[in-house]
Amino acid sequence: MSQKLLEVKDLSVDIESGRILHDVSLTINPGETHVLMGPNGTGKSTLGNALMGNPVYTVAGGKIFFDGEDITDWSADKRANAGMFMSFQNPLEVPGLSLESFIRNSIRQKTGKPIKIIQFKKQLEETMKLLDMDPSYAGRDLNVGFSGGEKKKAEILQMLMLAPKLAILDETDSGLDVDAVRTVSKGINEYMQRTEGALLIVTHNANILEALKVDHTHVMVHGRIVKEGGPEIIKQIGDKGFEQFA
Amino acid sequence: MSENEKLAEKTVSREDVNAYFDNRADSIYDFRDEGTDEFSVNEGLTEDIVRQISEEKHDPEWMLEFRLKSLKLYNELEMPQWGSPIDGLNMDNIVTYVRPKTKMKGSWDEVPEEIKQTFDRLGIPKAEHEFLAGVGAQYDSELVYHNLQDDVAKKGVVYSDMESALNGPYADMVKEYFMTLVPPTNHKFAALHGAVWSGGSFVYVPKGVKVDVPLQSYFRLNAKGAGQFEHTLIIVDEGADLHFIEGCSAPKWNVANLHAGCVELFVKKNARLRYSTIENWAKNMYNLNTKRAIVEEGGRMEWVSGSFGSHVSYLYPTTILKGNDSDCEYTGITFSGLGQNLDTGCRMVHIGENTSSLVTAKSLVKDGGIGTFRSSVEVKTSAKGAKASVDCDSLMLDDISRSDTIPAMDIRTADCDVGHEAKIGRISDEAVFYLMSRGISESEARAMIVSGFANPISKELPLEYAAEMNNLIKLEMEGSTS
Repeated sequence: MSQKLLEVKDLSVDIESGRILHDVSLTINPGETHVLMGPNGTGKSTLGNALMGNPVYTVAGGKIFFDGEDITDWSADKRANAGMFMSFQNPLEVPGLSLESFIRNSIRQKTGKPIKIIQFKKQLEETMKLLDMDPSYAGRDLNVGFSGGEKKKAEILQMLMLAPKLAILDETDSGLDVDAVRTVSKGINEYMQRTEGALLIVTHNANILEALKVDHTHVMVHGRIVKEGGPEIIKQIGDKGFEQFA
Repeated sequence: MSENEKLAEKTVSREDVNAYFDNRADSIYDFRDEGTDEFSVNEGLTEDIVRQISEEKHDPEWMLEFRLKSLKLYNELEMPQWGSPIDGLNMDNIVTYVRPKTKMKGSWDEVPEEIKQTFDRLGIPKAEHEFLAGVGAQYDSELVYHNLQDDVAKKGVVYSDMESALNGPYADMVKEYFMTLVPPTNHKFAALHGAVWSGGSFVYVPKGVKVDVPLQSYFRLNAKGAGQFEHTLIIVDEGADLHFIEGCSAPKWNVANLHAGCVELFVKKNARLRYSTIENWAKNMYNLNTKRAIVEEGGRMEWVSGSFGSHVSYLYPTTILKGNDSDCEYTGITFSGLGQNLDTGCRMVHIGENTSSLVTAKSLVKDGGIGTFRSSVEVKTSAKGAKASVDCDSLMLDDISRSDTIPAMDIRTADCDVGHEAKIGRISDEAVFYLMSRGISESEARAMIVSGFANPISKELPLEYAAEMNNLIKLEMEGSTS
């Protein structure tokens, strides 16, 4: 791979109450699968949100490059339209906006073209089937009354429909039962095959990773990357936890 | 100075409001026609003017008497003191009757070109062609167009302007019902209406007749400093079914205009009436409108209401559930922006046994606008087994606007089930970020959240009107001064 897809250089991030991330650097090439692991409350989600452009998080130092462009100051919608995506840990509920029309609007924003409705509906239906989602969810208000599992599936559905170059999965496996984890993994594999997209999987446990081929692992403790390596680190963490890196 | 005025003074200055009005067209509805009037009375309100209107309109004798009695009442009654301030309204400056320079036509081709163009721009002939069974179009004080599809007319459905009805085969019926539900004694502006009313529609749906496609009346007030006082009288006879749509708009003037219409709806045994309104008066309009329905045994009344325009509104549709097992559903939304003080709500009166009412109200406030929702649920001793539910939901789009919910209940029987719920919220920044993370711009994300909030109302409207309502919301969102 010649061109870097995502390059994070010495990134420091603040929230109102103080600094969360300290000089974080990482590079993701097209098609690669990266895992960001670490104990709860260590800043993993902060990194995902800062990469996606959540205005709650302020970049206090460092740069983010995506597809060769400095996106450090870009708004979230601009990042999304450039090919970034984040599956939310707690997807928000929007009453009165259906899941289907949300996805349709998002695709239209991205392509700037009107949607071919029949083709869109067919693709949506097939993708929902792949994710074992009841088709009635398409017409329901976005995430309203969805179970935890259905919310996460809806996130993966959006990822598959939007086909980003880089998908950040923020604790997508948290709170899911075994079957749901399997379905979500199926969706992630489909994304990798279908689009050759890159992944940054943010998680604190290894369940979701069993079915995936991981290229790189980053371990974060107290807002710093403390260890990097290949998939073997996941096993080390499984055996001995995070304390070995502290 | 009232609390509301103080708040408005504090948050948005008069200059802000003026600058806003000068710099931006209110909406796609803001365009004026010149030279379309043929005759108008002088400004103000005197017995001479009332007599002049009556003569112009070829009233029957009883109507002249009715007008003069109403005028007397008007002069005796006090201005309402409890709602939004209406000090800016001076009746001495209001022209109560403006006749457009045309007689009413049954074909758009015969309507004068500039007036026809106005209704073209409002999409009325197109809507009539595509999905309405009949259309009435009022321009200032008189109807300029009225038409009902032949197949609907053949079923015995009557849809005409009020003047024709007063002098036609249904004259006795009009006399029997006119202003009995909203008597001129009701309040000062009902009395004013009784004195100077002009235009509006009369609808009679005979027993058992179901009108499958809606009828629509559209009210356009073009003249500067004028008042519009149309009267809508609808009688849906036993077992009959009707959907009636009312639309209104006006261009913006720098002086006060007044709308004091009156709507009287009679829903007979086992009949159903749906009355939908999209109101987009210009923001110099005082909209002091009175609407009432009375429902007989087993009948059903449905109100769908979208209030977007006007400077000040007083609008509280009332439903009297007189017959046993009658019911009413009210679904409404109000959007108050800069310089707007919209006082809306609804009143449900339960008289019959096992009557039920369901109120779903939404309120949006923005740019210093004030939205007040008043609900009144009255359950009489006779209304055993009544069910009433009021649900009011407000969305504040910034920190300088105001939203109030004022519920009132008067329950006279223990054998009933009454509930009330009210919520006030803001657009969550997290939700905006969530939508933005999918490529949707910030302004679009906010508009989508607001449209979603309004969705329970827009989904009650026919598709074309729902689209119009979404468009109005979008325009209001874009018109932000922030």
